[in-house]
Amino acid sequence: MIEVGTVIAERVFWVDRELLKRYADASGDHNPIHQDEVFAKSVGLPDVIAHGMLTMALVGKFVTDWAGGSVAVKEFSARFVKPVVVPADQKVDLTVSATVVEVFDGAVRLDLSATSGGVKVLAMAKALVLRS
Amino acid sequence: MLNPDSVGRTFTGAESVSVTQSEITAFALVIGETDFLVAPPTFSIRITLAQSQALLSDPDVGLDWSRVVHGDQKFKIQRPIIAGDVLRCSSTIENYKVVAGNEIVTVRSDLHADVELVVSTWSTLVVRA
Repeated sequence: MIEVGTVIAERVFWVDRELLKRYADASGDHNPIHQDEVFAKSVGLPDVIAHGMLTMALVGKFVTDWAGGSVAVKEFSARFVKPVVVPADQKVDLTVSATVVEVFDGAVRLDLSATSGGVKVLAMAKALVLRS
Repeated sequence: MLNPDSVGRTFTGAESVSVTQSEITAFALVIGETDFLVAPPTFSIRITLAQSQALLSDPDVGLDWSRVVHGDQKFKIQRPIIAGDVLRCSSTIENYKVVAGNEIVTVRSDLHADVELVVSTWSTLVVRA
């Protein structure tokens, strides 16, 4: 039974430099802040950071797995508040969970939470998904 | 600085973008998705960011892409993108403000397949001072 307040269990995605490279190739976003540590630090970042849209894509995967596939997602939004920092030769976590905040006829709205290293990386993350 | 006359203007791409199965499959595999029949919900960013950047790089617009940081993102999906879709992008600067010297620009991009609206995206871009 899905009702307001239903919590979708937390799941961890692991992010490393290799995933950033794969996402850069698949998305066409080759900004060096997502690849090159020297460049990233030269523009004031602590290290290489993940694409915000990779974070959002992984949160989207969390949503579509729960909702029963990519066709279920009607709206999806988020604010990028902190970067996911990805040091060399490390896997960092992207920890995602969700709560049902509205139930419609055949659809629900989710509030999504996404953190990395305990730091909130997305704010106001929401999805409207078809789900009966 | 952005030319204030650009706000509210819609720039439509001259060329359509054909979506291939290999693009959808590659994007899906990165996030561990194994259903390749429809594109994942954020796939359209692959098209809209590049297209809106091309459309809004007109010197007349005055948006400095070299200093852009992605602030937030929204998708409204009418139907999923599938292989074989031929999509045309139109981009509109919907909102513009300057906060503490940073320019905050909201760009709406609509992807149409012929006359059918497929996806609308809103990207809020922060041009750092």
